[in-house]
Amino acid sequence: MLVLKNVRKNFWDLKAVDNISFEIKDGEIVSLIGSNGAGKTTLVNLISGYLKPDSGTIFFEDRDISQEAPYTRIHLGIGRSFQIINLFENLSVLDNVRTPLFSKYGFIRRWLLPAGRYEKITAEALAILENFHLTDMKDSFPKELSEGDRKILDIAVAFALKSKLLLLDEPTSGVATHDKFKVMDSIIAAIKKEGVSTMVIEHDMDIVSGYSDRVLVMHEGRLIADGRPEEVMENKEVKAFIFGITEEGHAAEN
Amino acid sequence: MAKRIPWAVYALLFILLLLVPQGVSLHNLMLFEYGLAFAIAGLGFNLLLGYTGLLSFGHGAYFAAGAYTVAMISRYLPDWYALEIVIPAALFFSFIVALLFGFLCVRHTKVFFSILTMALSMVLFSLLFKLYALTGGSDGVRIPLPSLFGFSFEGMRRPEFLQGVYYYFLVIFFAAGFLVMKGIVNSPFGKALQSIRDNEVRAELIGVRVRRYRLYAFCISGLFTGLGGALWSFINGHVTPELSHWVFSGEVVYMVLLGGFGTFEGPIIGAILFTFLKLYAMSYTQYWMFVIGGTFIVLVMVLPNGLAGAAVSLWQKIKPARSR
Repeated sequence: MLVLKNVRKNFWDLKAVDNISFEIKDGEIVSLIGSNGAGKTTLVNLISGYLKPDSGTIFFEDRDISQEAPYTRIHLGIGRSFQIINLFENLSVLDNVRTPLFSKYGFIRRWLLPAGRYEKITAEALAILENFHLTDMKDSFPKELSEGDRKILDIAVAFALKSKLLLLDEPTSGVATHDKFKVMDSIIAAIKKEGVSTMVIEHDMDIVSGYSDRVLVMHEGRLIADGRPEEVMENKEVKAFIFGITEEGHAAEN
Repeated sequence: MAKRIPWAVYALLFILLLLVPQGVSLHNLMLFEYGLAFAIAGLGFNLLLGYTGLLSFGHGAYFAAGAYTVAMISRYLPDWYALEIVIPAALFFSFIVALLFGFLCVRHTKVFFSILTMALSMVLFSLLFKLYALTGGSDGVRIPLPSLFGFSFEGMRRPEFLQGVYYYFLVIFFAAGFLVMKGIVNSPFGKALQSIRDNEVRAELIGVRVRRYRLYAFCISGLFTGLGGALWSFINGHVTPELSHWVFSGEVVYMVLLGGFGTFEGPIIGAILFTFLKLYAMSYTQYWMFVIGGTFIVLVMVLPNGLAGAAVSLWQKIKPARSR
């Protein structure tokens, strides 16, 4: 589905992404972890098209998309959500999901019939809301939702584009601890139901190990580990750089 | 946005609108007609402000484009001076001006957008002002009574014309404009514009081409404002370059804020109220600008969502159970 080959991105002297190669297969849920400044968001920006690589190639479904605009990549099927909740605050919950569907099906230029008359699309939007357990709130505005539900809605919006690959930047940031698993359960259940490939940037290791098929670990722009969660947790470099645990099993001073 | 008003209420209001000439004096009817013409412009203006999130300080330019199209046809093409020709022509030329100006303006947002729209409208003002031979300069152009489908109103006094057939002509255009704009804001296209207003980064991410859609909104907005200008010119009987001046554009902003840009009906209420407020203030005191300025300050501080916005909030407080 997604293949990165020797991708590099420098910001002046800083190697933000340094010669990274990996692959995400169909339906796979991959977590991307790393300390602050490791280059995770830069990598997501390179895949979604907000940044262009200095060198290397990004393939999506065997097509070289390295130089394609974000707009083209969205239409090819790469959707993303942001760390900060990004919703249409004055549109109803239903319209937050229905508008991307109009866009996806090319109805967005239709200007005379009310949105509600597009029954198939409305039904599809309601099905997505049902999938994310948001049906009861369809007529509410996002600001009336709890933080956890806002986060779920944010992902439902990305989901509504029928993306084949979803890039989720810290889907549980800002969500109360006791709600995090509820939010992730909701998101992952919906994703698995549709078989969407997903790359999740996450800090919470319980979430990473609980929901991912594979974990990628970045440190100072490099990919230092790639494997199943339990393998990666045992990796020496990961232990040292990410968890700050030294050979002797003590937490490093820094 | 406000909760929906049932269509039966709109139908009733339309019938009341048709009955207005029976119940009010000629003076008030004329003021009401001015208000309706401004209301059409206000609907257009609000597509940009309320639904796309762009505050234009240059909408006088499109109003002037519509009004001056009427003036130029009456002056240079008298054989073509019929309502059924000048209205489509005014729509066309205001659309062209909006397309040209919009192409430059939609590259910017917020205050930069506002200033650019204002600057461009002042360019048009200067042209209308300086090209004396063509536009009559500061003297402006008189607007004679037009014909309609071969029926000439020559010899008729303007008040009779305004009280009779023209009022219904205006109401039909107002109703049509209302329905079309209502369709636009509730359509998928309208939702795309609202997504841009709320969050342009996310709008781009759901596949809305933000700049292009802003331009579409700008052109439709200009078209409606131009229609308002053209219909206004027959009521006023005279057009001057001041229509494209930023002060006039400011009045359009005032009307929409008075009614409330967060509701669909707000600009209509604002336009009609403003017309009465201004004219009555002018007839009572030479310091009428204080009245306008003072009400504006009160409005911004006490009713930031305008009169319609305040009415909606009040309604939701009274009927919380029904609105959920």
